[in-house]
Amino acid sequence: MSLKTFSRGGVHPPEHKLSAGNKIIELPPPEVAVIPVAQHLGAPSKVLVNRGDQVKVGQLIAESAGFVSSNIHSSVSGKVLKVDQFMDSSGYRRLAIQIQVEGDQWLDTIDRSDDLVRNSVLPAEDIRKKILEAGIVGLGGATFPSHVKLMVPQGKTSEYLLINGVECEPYLTADHSLMMERSEELLSGIQLLMKGLGVERAIIGIENNKPDAIQKMQQVVQGSSVAVQGLKVKYPQGGEKQLVKALLKREVPSGGLPIDVGVVVFNVGTALATYEAVMKNRPLIDRVVTVTGKSLEKPSNFQVRIGTPVSYLIEQAGGLPENTAKVINGGPMMGRALSTIDVPVVKGSSGILLMNEDEARRKEVKPCIRCAKCVTVCPMGLEPYLLMTLSEKSLYEGMEPEKVMDCIECGSCSYTCPSSRPLLDYIRLGKGEVGKIMRASSAV
Amino acid sequence: MNKFIVSPSPHAYTDESVPKLMYGVIISLLPALAVSVFFFGIGMIVVTTVSIVSCILFEYLIQKYMMKVKPTHLDGSAMLTGMLLAFCLPTNIPFWIVMIGALAAVGIGKMTFGGLGNNIFNPALVGRVFLFISFPVAMTSWPEVGQWMNYTDAVTGATPLGLMKEGLATQTVAEIMPRVPSFLHLLMGKTMGSAGEVSALALLLGMCYLLYRKIISWHIPITILATVVVFSGILWLANPDRFADPLFHLLSGGLMLGAIYMATDYVTSPMSHKGMIIYGVGIGVVTVLIRVFGAYPEGVQFAILIFNGFTPLINKFVKPKRFGKEVKHV
Repeated sequence: MSLKTFSRGGVHPPEHKLSAGNKIIELPPPEVAVIPVAQHLGAPSKVLVNRGDQVKVGQLIAESAGFVSSNIHSSVSGKVLKVDQFMDSSGYRRLAIQIQVEGDQWLDTIDRSDDLVRNSVLPAEDIRKKILEAGIVGLGGATFPSHVKLMVPQGKTSEYLLINGVECEPYLTADHSLMMERSEELLSGIQLLMKGLGVERAIIGIENNKPDAIQKMQQVVQGSSVAVQGLKVKYPQGGEKQLVKALLKREVPSGGLPIDVGVVVFNVGTALATYEAVMKNRPLIDRVVTVTGKSLEKPSNFQVRIGTPVSYLIEQAGGLPENTAKVINGGPMMGRALSTIDVPVVKGSSGILLMNEDEARRKEVKPCIRCAKCVTVCPMGLEPYLLMTLSEKSLYEGMEPEKVMDCIECGSCSYTCPSSRPLLDYIRLGKGEVGKIMRASSAV
Repeated sequence: MNKFIVSPSPHAYTDESVPKLMYGVIISLLPALAVSVFFFGIGMIVVTTVSIVSCILFEYLIQKYMMKVKPTHLDGSAMLTGMLLAFCLPTNIPFWIVMIGALAAVGIGKMTFGGLGNNIFNPALVGRVFLFISFPVAMTSWPEVGQWMNYTDAVTGATPLGLMKEGLATQTVAEIMPRVPSFLHLLMGKTMGSAGEVSALALLLGMCYLLYRKIISWHIPITILATVVVFSGILWLANPDRFADPLFHLLSGGLMLGAIYMATDYVTSPMSHKGMIIYGVGIGVVTVLIRVFGAYPEGVQFAILIFNGFTPLINKFVKPKRFGKEVKHV
């Protein structure tokens, strides 16, 4: 099979997929779960339970507070200890529901068997409703509520469903393990999404560093209208715009969405969650998280309940190594550094990466030698060196014409800079300031 | 409780660094250095050594005592400037002239603007042109090849481009060609010329290494070479008696050294691939114009310096192709 990729920019960081091929291990619920009400992009959900309430697994405990918002279900059974501010992976204290776990009692409506259910007779509308009810959000990390993506805006048409199995972040293997172990259910989920969206064609994009997953999915999709496409290994191919470009050669316009070119993109994890929600009546209460790091004893892929403390995952993977200097929620390119491991796993947590002192430290910043490597690697065709200079000098008005808002914050520029310049730090700062200017001028 | 480092993403970085890139370029120059030592002997060794040591020393002294900053003289860039300066000097030039050239290169070319990354013009070429104007005789007498043990006392002669320029005043190209070295000798480097520019083959080998290591991209060198071939080719086709053939232009003089090493200098060349191509075409055209119609036999150094001056303008007006600008309607 010929491999495809996106045309502009990109880097190839060392892959370090330490946990590749490790079977998914289902972890028992923690003793105490902390479930934040803002796990998704959009409005935080509205809490439905009070201190002292008894809840079951799968019970709705916070409801969607708007169109772009999401339902949240209890991932454990037990007693609500507190509804209070807790530190989450963003580093801020935000509203969350703390539950003392007692046993593991599930709602009766949930089908917990492993039996594969296929061929849904549900109409598209019901599929969308189930996805909305189950609180499904994009599990690739952006956590955009999935039901919103399935509502194609007036005047637009959807032609293709693209399934993101790229997993271009180094170290992470959660999606890889899902494709290997849950391929049948995954296909069913993809077919449900196609129906919900009303499209005839779907393509799964998988990078060539997972040949086993490509092969497995190719076997599974035989005879269906779902295709599998191998992709050359290049970061940030998992970025939505890059994936659309790689698979269909279509360019999502600046400031636009994939639907502008007739495409909707979902992550493999999201497709699987769709299967669980529609066929098994099982809301989004757990996910697969890669726990990894060079010094970690047992790099693993865990299936864990939402709200489980990160410290519990690390314990299960062999404990926190002595030399740990940085803990990252996500991958090394776009993940967020945690200040403490006493934060819960949320819907968007794809991995926990532990780094030692050597890996964690940034190198000394040297002067820009204008080598143009940042320009060459930028997948959006921007000039990071220029944006950084403008931002450093607070010339924010000059950044908007240079398309700073197109930056997808993939970090390829900072990664590749031989002078270790913090390009993305300054570009982010500039994006924030340009955003303020734009909001102020549109308010007038 | 553990204290963790918290910083924004990305958390992974390339292994490349400025010294690694600079020493990479220096490694790629070794074949050309070896060829030149073979043909010019002791003169090449003296000129190169003096140039490198002077550039490093001047960078250190200027940073330490005049700019009062932490010296960066060992990051490879001063060494590279020294090596490139030596490569575009005749090998019989007295060592004190080399030192003046090094001072002009590092002092005027680089440090005046604030050091690495801030200079507008290629430092090695600034040094070379400074010497060219100050010591025109010493800078235009080239030793004949094969005088291993002679330095300033070497017997001198004219370069192929010099022979061509002088000859064309009274003769046709066909009459001059027997007196210039064969293309094989030009390729191997058995010809008169500046220290490191003589062997096209060794320099092309260096370019392959630079491309393989991804230290440079193909855009600048290939565009310059292609432009020179096309432009001189048109002239040659129009009148083969008055204009030398494109292969002669390609292999003689400082074109290879200029296109591969001087024009690709990070600091002074454009940032976008489109900009690099415009810059390359410009250098190629001006090089041929000076060679064919100008007063000097060789023009590549002036062409590069002129387009160094255009680089900020090119960066301002030539932007990379933005993603999502041209929407394919479905």
